[in-house]
Amino acid sequence: MTTNNVLAAVDEDAAPLTHEQLRELYSLMASVRHLDTAAVAWQRQGIIPGYAPQIGQEAAQVGSGYAVDRTRDFVFPTYREMGVARAMGLDMVGYMSTHKATWHGGMYNPLESRFAPIQAVVAGSVLHAVGWAHGQTLSGKPDDERGVAMTYFGDGASSQGDVHEAMNFAAVMKAPVVFFIQNNGWAISVPTERQVAGGSVAARAAGYGIPSLQVDGNDVVAVHEATRSAFAHCRAGNGPVVIEAMTYRRGPHSTADDPGRYRTLEEERLGAGEDPLERFKQRLLDDGIADNAFFADAQQQAQEEEEAIRAGIEALAPRPGAEMFSLVFQEPTPTLQSQASDWRKESEHV
Amino acid sequence: MSETATALSVAPGSVTMDTEPVLHLSMQQALNRALDEILADNPKTVIFGEDCGRLGGVFRITDGLQAKHGEERVFDTPLAESAILGMSVGLAMAGFHPIPEVQFDGFAYPAINQIVCQIARMNYRSRGTLPMPITLRVPSFGGIRAPEHHGESLEALFAHVPGLKVVSPSTPHDAYHLLKYAATRPDPVIFMEPKSRYWQKGPVDLNSPAPGQATPDAGMDDAGSLTGARVAREGRHLTLVAWGAMVARCLQVAELAAEDGIDVEVLDLRWLKPIDAEALARSVGKTRRAVVVHEAPLTSGLGAEVAQLITQHCFQTLKAPVERVTGFDVPYPSGDLEDEYIPNIDRILFGIQRVLEYRRG
Repeated sequence: MTTNNVLAAVDEDAAPLTHEQLRELYSLMASVRHLDTAAVAWQRQGIIPGYAPQIGQEAAQVGSGYAVDRTRDFVFPTYREMGVARAMGLDMVGYMSTHKATWHGGMYNPLESRFAPIQAVVAGSVLHAVGWAHGQTLSGKPDDERGVAMTYFGDGASSQGDVHEAMNFAAVMKAPVVFFIQNNGWAISVPTERQVAGGSVAARAAGYGIPSLQVDGNDVVAVHEATRSAFAHCRAGNGPVVIEAMTYRRGPHSTADDPGRYRTLEEERLGAGEDPLERFKQRLLDDGIADNAFFADAQQQAQEEEEAIRAGIEALAPRPGAEMFSLVFQEPTPTLQSQASDWRKESEHV
Repeated sequence: MSETATALSVAPGSVTMDTEPVLHLSMQQALNRALDEILADNPKTVIFGEDCGRLGGVFRITDGLQAKHGEERVFDTPLAESAILGMSVGLAMAGFHPIPEVQFDGFAYPAINQIVCQIARMNYRSRGTLPMPITLRVPSFGGIRAPEHHGESLEALFAHVPGLKVVSPSTPHDAYHLLKYAATRPDPVIFMEPKSRYWQKGPVDLNSPAPGQATPDAGMDDAGSLTGARVAREGRHLTLVAWGAMVARCLQVAELAAEDGIDVEVLDLRWLKPIDAEALARSVGKTRRAVVVHEAPLTSGLGAEVAQLITQHCFQTLKAPVERVTGFDVPYPSGDLEDEYIPNIDRILFGIQRVLEYRRG
């Protein structure tokens, strides 16, 4: 881990993760891996029209999402944060429904989940995190009740101007925001070296006076500890933190992508390095924290969980078309009501 | 109240009639007073933007508000419109009622992504769980000899975006009441302030949103009177449809036309989304002729929408095709040419003449 500037409140007092927590982290990663792999299969089977796999990013997503306090924090994802969602305990049928094309933002309740609606504009929600976090400062709540906003984006999104604006605003306003970058090496077909000048998004934080951490994004414990420290820094009123988790997008950008057009299998193997799931499994074995029976059980649970989610997804009926109209506004306009009425008549849904 | 906040105090020429004070305020004063009351009424309201705090805004619309309500509720942001609107989304998600300001119309362009992809869609995307009660104030339209990007008319662009509502007042009275109304709604409203009218004074009846000015037979309640169009002048021969700064110009035109015996009705549309189609039908149903006037370029301007609505509702009785007198399909010109671009009295009179002289082939 390299550190630029200094986290004012590194969570040194935090107890090391217990064996039970370490096993829980593994179970979460196993569930995410299995669901992610299955979702690609669902797409091939025609159960869902598309999916954006996160395979290879389990450590970065589970490790960070596991640090969120759902009683007060709020997460701002893009469209490739299934592992974060799972680690935070979201309703996964509600989450995966966006890939069923049921509803763009997903069917989960973002307020109860503390997880903003799924977002297709990369960097679109980074500024929302700053506004939400500034709202914590303005809220008048006691310090220990104020939440931290964590916003996820990638190396591709880091090229967007909104990321600059967000980091600058957050630093000027000392907003409690964790900017969590998953640098997974690829923005569809464009590699990081053609995307990120200077080679590191975390390095940019220095220009804003924001402390930053660049971590091995394939080490779930390192990611978790970095995130926990960043949250402590924010909670102590010290303003934002940037974390850049270095990882690798092992799969295609989406089920519609063909990585063979821009990288060879050999490049993929070299770039991906060690599988974060296998690596963590080996560590738990070596440290005597988990045994093969545990891993077999974790795999069994992951499979059962995936089957239940798949059943939920398959059972999802299309939303009533009337929702196209009724959910645009809190107070629908007469024009829109009239269009809804015409649609009902002309579609024989009367 | 800050001593510098002159706009917050009761104007010297105000008249108090029992419990219904009618003040004589400029639109700047009326907007300032509305914001002051909004901040006092709703502790979740926050006002922010470039130079909104200490300076009171380049047009002084937020003058004195920071001193009175504190730096947490009225604050300056760094100079980045996308971030101003993007943080509005986050604040709304945290339960606040943001009233951001984009300093000039043309500065909304850098924020279009946040306005169109985020503010307008969050309620929909979240299935109604994350409403966006954001009132975006945009000093709008031309007429003040300002630099490039300071005289744009973005109403058609905003009106085209599902999820946004758009309103533009033409008088201090409407500015006061429509802003107070917009700021209490649960949906995003683009509030287009006609900057060339900021300093014109007029009566503001604080207690009556629509004192005898709502369309007479609309059967609207008080709230209804704020959601629809307004008959600014009654007439029998032809309806001029306008909004923002063009309403005052159309009223001038109506006076001149009256000298020639032409009785012009002026309909102030006020809401550009949703458009009050009933008011259009009522007015043009009576006058049977209509000219739409706006500053924005002609092609795909809101005049086309208005003309279609009139045609749809009044086709049987229309005496002539609906005319449009508008800006041209050119970039908004420099100050020296501004008066050649914005519909002037002569061009509007020519438009009226074309409609009156129209004969079916």
